[in-house]
Amino acid sequence: MIPDARIPSGPIEKIWDACKFEMKLVNPANKRKFHVIVVGSGLAGASAAATLAELGYNIQCFCFQDSPRRAHSIAAQGGINAAKNYQNDGDSIFRLFYDTVKGGDFRSREANVYRLAQISVDIIDQCVAQGVPFAREYSGLLANRSFGGAQVSRTFYARGQTGQQLLLGAYQALERQVDAGKVEMIPRTEMLDLVVVDGKARGIVTRNLITGKIESHIADAVVLATGGYGNVYYLSTNAKGSNATAIWRAHKRGALFANPCFTQIHPTCIPVSGDYQSKLTLMSESLRNDGRIWVPEDKDDKRPPNQITEAERDYYLERRYPSFGNLVPRDVASRNAKAVCDEGRGVGETGLGVYLDFGDAIQRLGRHVIEERYGNLFEMYERITGENPYVVPMRIYPAIHYTMGGLWVDYHLMSTIPGLFVLGEANFSDHGANRLGASALMQGLSDGYFVIPYTIGNYLANTKLERIDSSRAEFRDAEAGVREMNQFLLNVKGKRTVDSFHRELGKLVWDYCGMTRNAPGLEHAMGKIGELREEYWRNLNVLGGGEELNQSLEKAARVADFFELAELMCRDALERNESCGGHFREEYQTPDGEAMRDDANYSYAAAWEWRGHNQEPEVHKEPLVFQYVHPAQRSYK
Amino acid sequence: MNLTLHVWRQRNSSDTGRMVKYNAANINPDMSFLEMLDVVNERLIEGGEDPIAFDHDCREGICGSCGFMVNGIAHGPLPKTTICQLHMRHFQDGDELYLEPWRARAFPVLKDLVVDRGAFDRVIASGGYVSARTGCAPDGNSIPIDKESSDLAMDAAQCIGCGACVAACPNASAALFTSAKIYHLAMIPQGQPEREKRALRMVQTMNGEMFGGCTNIGECEAVCPKGIRLEMIALMNREFVWASWKERPELVGVGDRG
Repeated sequence: MIPDARIPSGPIEKIWDACKFEMKLVNPANKRKFHVIVVGSGLAGASAAATLAELGYNIQCFCFQDSPRRAHSIAAQGGINAAKNYQNDGDSIFRLFYDTVKGGDFRSREANVYRLAQISVDIIDQCVAQGVPFAREYSGLLANRSFGGAQVSRTFYARGQTGQQLLLGAYQALERQVDAGKVEMIPRTEMLDLVVVDGKARGIVTRNLITGKIESHIADAVVLATGGYGNVYYLSTNAKGSNATAIWRAHKRGALFANPCFTQIHPTCIPVSGDYQSKLTLMSESLRNDGRIWVPEDKDDKRPPNQITEAERDYYLERRYPSFGNLVPRDVASRNAKAVCDEGRGVGETGLGVYLDFGDAIQRLGRHVIEERYGNLFEMYERITGENPYVVPMRIYPAIHYTMGGLWVDYHLMSTIPGLFVLGEANFSDHGANRLGASALMQGLSDGYFVIPYTIGNYLANTKLERIDSSRAEFRDAEAGVREMNQFLLNVKGKRTVDSFHRELGKLVWDYCGMTRNAPGLEHAMGKIGELREEYWRNLNVLGGGEELNQSLEKAARVADFFELAELMCRDALERNESCGGHFREEYQTPDGEAMRDDANYSYAAAWEWRGHNQEPEVHKEPLVFQYVHPAQRSYK
Repeated sequence: MNLTLHVWRQRNSSDTGRMVKYNAANINPDMSFLEMLDVVNERLIEGGEDPIAFDHDCREGICGSCGFMVNGIAHGPLPKTTICQLHMRHFQDGDELYLEPWRARAFPVLKDLVVDRGAFDRVIASGGYVSARTGCAPDGNSIPIDKESSDLAMDAAQCIGCGACVAACPNASAALFTSAKIYHLAMIPQGQPEREKRALRMVQTMNGEMFGGCTNIGECEAVCPKGIRLEMIALMNREFVWASWKERPELVGVGDRG
């Protein structure tokens, strides 16, 4: 089975408009007869829920946090791209499209990416109208900066808190609909299963995280906007609660999971300092605009950075990539940092770090300029490390940050289960094998504000949906399954905590399916993950009961899903015998250590089908066709 | 380092709750406060004791999930810092720390250090937005906004909704939180059409949610991790008075509530 991506035919710049025209509309008076469930309240979920409610649909929106405003989109720092060309520096929709396809290392779907670039300009307008306080110039016009991997200034930002401001804009639009009675917001509630009736997504089963009550919710369509699965690695820049449970359980109900091995390692995070560490903190890559990355020339040079002279420093990115320098894309910057640390030239106590130095920029621009641009990031760094980055260069190291893979969706953002739509980081669609900076916010809002309102209407208008209630066997079975799994986790009563398993799992995935991978390593990891998973179900210790606020139980269910997902990631990485973007297979590299793609054999999206416990999943391949951007080896030299 | 913790333990909202003493031994000064609690919790679980429940998510000081009192100070002793960003190097070996949930009638305790801050969402829902329907927006640069106003708006928009201001206030007032949103939207042209209605409704909702009144004590500003300034409350009061004067017939008696 090759999934049909439903890409309209025609010139790429016209197909979204044509598609919108061809899609069936739901009569305004009929919209209120439809009920849509939105899971997740980040940029994609909140914007979708708010916009669908404005249109007249009845929405139930769920989040596991205490308020929709907590979703992890809030932590995005650097900015959001849009092809406005306000800077008159040669940007255009086509250039943003081109950069994104190339940045994704030719493993994304051209039609989706083009639409994303088109919609990018509307997003900025929408957010400004909501009162998002983007940075401005003294003229009162919107300010832009250039951002990792781009040679034009197309990134809009709000200090170092762009994600926060965009999310609060979407959250406020959502609360407006709550006030209008069109959205029922259900916080502190986690989706634990998808209910499929007659082949269509018709509802979900949730657990109330305060009372533990398991409940069914019925809908005409279900939208998952639950974010990525970076927490499979335990240590990541994701929020502690970010998880893959919603998408994984939908996967087990029949939604294909695409490109799970495409994970992004962000180059500028604060290095790990000890084994108690609970998460990693990202420093926005906008820092690379003014900071210069270096390590000592000599691997035995353990002097403090200010005693190492210019001649004894290796600005390795500037040296290897003269035209992009410190602004090479994330995957390239990350791998190079790993390489110099592997050579023994890493800095800091652990040797897993490189310097990000603002000395030159402070001298050139003055401290106040740097302070205005990055003040809050510098403060954050100092708070965590106890070092002052205005004086001592920052130490950074790569960390897992984003997952390009996710549930497979077609051009309409619908998964392989009719009526199940997947938005934002939770789907696989727009970033290929590597996401460019400032593109995640763009995708989340594009999907939520501007794509789903059309495509879901088309689905509802074209689909005959029978009236159902939760007494149906599908709902009762799903509820029973959820209860049984939770009870099982509580009954193991073994010796080890959830976190101890999660940490061990994360280390395995990081070591063997992280920045670089190789076949023997992946095979080894799959074996080890299987063993650890077996121990999990035998030796886990979750205290307390199911009918109360029980944070260990919440984590236990999520980690159980991470085990299965981790195996699929390794399998996918093993099956893809090439290097592309964030997926770097050591066996496939050019003589100078760059990723070597194999377009003849691997120009496809690998969409995996769940076949049951202890069954090998089956891969389906959606071929990728490049008509507008011709695949070439990415070069940032 | 070794610490003694006294932690508020409460099984659920109907339990009476009590302080319980724990020893936190061998704590690394580079740990964050929440990492220290993680370690304590791991040891509790291994000893068969229910771990301490606390809200947290991003652990980067931006989501606003975390927060509790440390020795009577919301988010602990370091200024402009959420509890997730507070590191143990700011404490001394042998310190005795009292951890309590936010205390406010409007924030009922759900378990241990976890409280219900749903009232904040209801305050925002009653007008903390611009009614900009998706798709209706003019070009982003069609209305220039002077940098100063935009920066002031951003200062207020940075509020993370953690609730420390309410917890620190002897009156449990939500004036700082509510005023931050009113101030943000009052500073920019997009916020003008609904400016008066917003101030009226948000203040009305705030008062209806069992928050206390503001008496200009300033504890809120002192603990705010994002530096939201007391002057924003002054602006809110002015907006409210002006709007009430203009729309008096519709909302008589609003100011008497709470």
